[in-house]
Amino acid sequence: MTDQALLQFQDTRISYFIRAGEANVIPGLNFTLGHNEALGLVGESGCGKSTVALAIMSYLGRAGRVTGGRILFEGRDLAAMSEDELRRIRGKRIAMVYQDPMSSLNPVMTVGRQLMEVPLLHDAIGEDEARRRALHMLDEVKLPDPDAMMERYPHQLSGGQQQRIVIAMALIAGPALLVMDEPTTGLDVTVEAAVLDLVRELRQRHRSAILFISHNLGTVAHVCDRIGVMYGGELVEQGPIRQVFADPRHPYTRGLLDCLPTLGRDKRSSRLTPIPGQVGSPLSRPVGCGFANRCAHAESPRCTAQAIPSVALKAAPEHRAMCVRAEELPPFRRTVTAADAPTLEGKIESAVGVDRLKMFYRRSHGIFGGAGDVVRAVNDVELVAAKGRTLAIVGESGCGKSSLAKVLAGLETATDGDVTLGGRSVGHTAIENRPADLKRKLQMVFQNPDSTLNPSHTVGYAIGRALARLKGVTGTAARQQVERLLEIVKLPAAFANHHPHQLSGGQKQRVAIARALAGDADVIVADEPVSALDVSVQASIINLLNELQTERGATLIFISHDLAVVRYLADQVAVMYLGRIVEAGPVDAVFRPPFHPYTEALLSAVPQPDPDASHARIVLEGSPPAPTEEIVGCPFASRCPRKVGPICDASPPPEQMQASGHRIACHIPVADLARLNAVGVPAV
Amino acid sequence: MALQQTIETAAIGSAFAAFFARWGRRIGLLRESPTAMAGVGIIVFWCLVALFAPLITIYPPNANDFAALADPTPSAAHILGTDHLGRDIWSRLAYGARTVLTVAPIAVAGAVAGGILLGLAAGFYRGWIDILITRMCDIVLSFPVIILYMIVLATFGSSAINIIMVVTAVKAPYIARIVRGSCLELREREYVAAARMRGENGFFIMLAEILPNARGPIIVETCLRLGYTIITIGVLGFLGIGLPPPDPDWGGMVKDTYGMMSVWPHMSLISCAAISSLVVGFNILAVGLREIGLRD
Repeated sequence: MTDQALLQFQDTRISYFIRAGEANVIPGLNFTLGHNEALGLVGESGCGKSTVALAIMSYLGRAGRVTGGRILFEGRDLAAMSEDELRRIRGKRIAMVYQDPMSSLNPVMTVGRQLMEVPLLHDAIGEDEARRRALHMLDEVKLPDPDAMMERYPHQLSGGQQQRIVIAMALIAGPALLVMDEPTTGLDVTVEAAVLDLVRELRQRHRSAILFISHNLGTVAHVCDRIGVMYGGELVEQGPIRQVFADPRHPYTRGLLDCLPTLGRDKRSSRLTPIPGQVGSPLSRPVGCGFANRCAHAESPRCTAQAIPSVALKAAPEHRAMCVRAEELPPFRRTVTAADAPTLEGKIESAVGVDRLKMFYRRSHGIFGGAGDVVRAVNDVELVAAKGRTLAIVGESGCGKSSLAKVLAGLETATDGDVTLGGRSVGHTAIENRPADLKRKLQMVFQNPDSTLNPSHTVGYAIGRALARLKGVTGTAARQQVERLLEIVKLPAAFANHHPHQLSGGQKQRVAIARALAGDADVIVADEPVSALDVSVQASIINLLNELQTERGATLIFISHDLAVVRYLADQVAVMYLGRIVEAGPVDAVFRPPFHPYTEALLSAVPQPDPDASHARIVLEGSPPAPTEEIVGCPFASRCPRKVGPICDASPPPEQMQASGHRIACHIPVADLARLNAVGVPAV
Repeated sequence: MALQQTIETAAIGSAFAAFFARWGRRIGLLRESPTAMAGVGIIVFWCLVALFAPLITIYPPNANDFAALADPTPSAAHILGTDHLGRDIWSRLAYGARTVLTVAPIAVAGAVAGGILLGLAAGFYRGWIDILITRMCDIVLSFPVIILYMIVLATFGSSAINIIMVVTAVKAPYIARIVRGSCLELREREYVAAARMRGENGFFIMLAEILPNARGPIIVETCLRLGYTIITIGVLGFLGIGLPPPDPDWGGMVKDTYGMMSVWPHMSLISCAAISSLVVGFNILAVGLREIGLRD
């Protein structure tokens, strides 16, 4: 090698010293990042990818320590540097972008000031020069009206704009290395797409190397030229991105790709294949391959007897895998297992009807604040959930999908319109006032696995209380039913005595599903039940929901922001924007042209786990109007790339119904929409 | 209906059993915080002194040893000396610990119970109930409490029970404020929504779903309030509206002897030190508990 690598991990071993002992999070990591290169590190939570980022910045904290090996930056050992030297490198030579932009920005300083501070500190230049550079950077990250932007405070910006400011702050000093730790995870899919495009573009212009850390294979595929797959603190596979995606050689990489719902898969064509088992504890590591106990290809003793080295493939020396069977595994093909999803034929019976539902609430300003603004969370929504089917409601944050779910569940009540449950009106009845049989009929699964179960009570108590309250079952009978319910969600009966903190996220979500089933619910409203879970766990929960529906004929109302999951799981889809349904219909019709312009933009923004996916992206400008605004015309008009003219703002768009039950609310005739579609969304 | 009641009671009962079982385990964690252990050490010392007062003292607390008055400073006969009436200070401290360690915990227990109910109701129901309770608490908190104590105790007489009642009323708003804050946050948790979905009533949700998860701040606050209550009882004794004489009371001991400060400083300073040590004990236990709470 003639030119020196920019960043090198050499047998780096990192541990955290905690109450329970030494948690060896990174047992020995080797990788090299060259100048101008973009390396993506992917892995599920707890695989050590954030530790890598923190180690580069020497920010491991009191408990964390590099206990072996070296981290070289431009040939110099970071551990040997003094605090002064490190400070000079951070921000100047290595910059970092974190997941939550709000915690990276100082809320009491204007963004202009914060941007100017970086060159003022590192480059010994004057105010005027710093200001000039800051303005230039704001222009580069495509923020509108840089002069006005300089004077804003972080809270006046949207999440996407904040992240652009953070990226501008990172790049303003012209760092050699940009570390990005899940930079788009908290953002909506359309915003994420725009930020990823920006990163790609800036990379070419600024010639910084990027270490891009993400749990999402799609985002990595979009930005990086090399990928490293982490599992249990080890880089189990690394190589050029196309090569790894086309021919993954490590069973874990294959597992990840296999369990990922994509826009091209649905429940009728294939079953998702979750990776069995769980990640091992960093407190005790096996001698051999860390993945062996979950691997379908594992062979004793050669996988388990000794440490597995990372070896370069003969055919492609750039591509390395930490697997003894890397060369002998058959070429990768998506596992396609016969799916047993119900077919759509037959008479459709309505389980839940939503009739011109409105849910407004007043944002109060305290006792002396007066009336406050009206937030139109759900605005004139019309929907039917067919019995025994899955209705998915999809939309970005703030579109009102969770408020809709709350009205269905009775946690909130309607302002106007109604909800019918099995033909009975419940829209204006809070859950406390619903008759017992309706309480039983509809139950809910929540989003956050950490707050869905009460940390003070056991699993058995959580399910047992639901049985007692919903069905009046107590005593021994209840204990038996708790076990039966745990069995249905594929958890061992012993879990009844466990507390939530002893459970993983996926297990907690299973318990929550068991709890919802305790009263033999016909309708399950699931509000983002898998969005906080890792992909392999997500797959198993999706499979579980599918099975429950097939076996029990339950109706599922599935709220999600993830179009790939919706594509996979749903029978019917409704796309929500600003409290309204802009498009709804059978899943195949909604995911195929003609599209509503918003659906089209959403679909084009979904990051595909395929580096060659090169469909046109539609980048939405601006952010959605405030939900307090009264909108006469089309809610999407202010950002619509296909806006036809003043009519969009002036009058509400007509609902164009088609034979399949597919409806689009748009001023553009459906025939024209079909022709306009520019997005090459992969068809099933 | 009766069955339903029994089930309800059993469920709340088991929730509380779980609450205490988990805290039993947590007490094991105390050993990891030297700060908390130091606090526990001081508190346990005074509890043992109070408990075994007759065994570890030679003189009755109110007995006058006029022979000792010639030189009331600490000696072999009176290890901490005697006061101006020739009463053994160590005996008076030991028996005084009995009163302070009875009155303060009972008063604080009352304040915690009242504060929890008020705080839960305010945080859970919000609206006008919240406004009413928080405003009432604000009034009590903004009142010059010493004056309140003097008015109440001068009117109704200073007995242990009256002191307990007035201290309970004054300290409850502190606890209520803490509980309300936790409750406002916890009521938005999804498990509370899940409890509503299965038809639990508000009372059950507050006591079995929210309260157990607010225990951390409540326990820390209880320790702090115990310390401050001991000061309060001392102050009341000092002002002469504490527990009636001649039975020993730490604050009363300071009051009786502070006039002799320039001649016999040990008479009042030893009692002051006893009060401070117990207050410091509870305070550093609270600090230690907070440290442990932050760690996991």
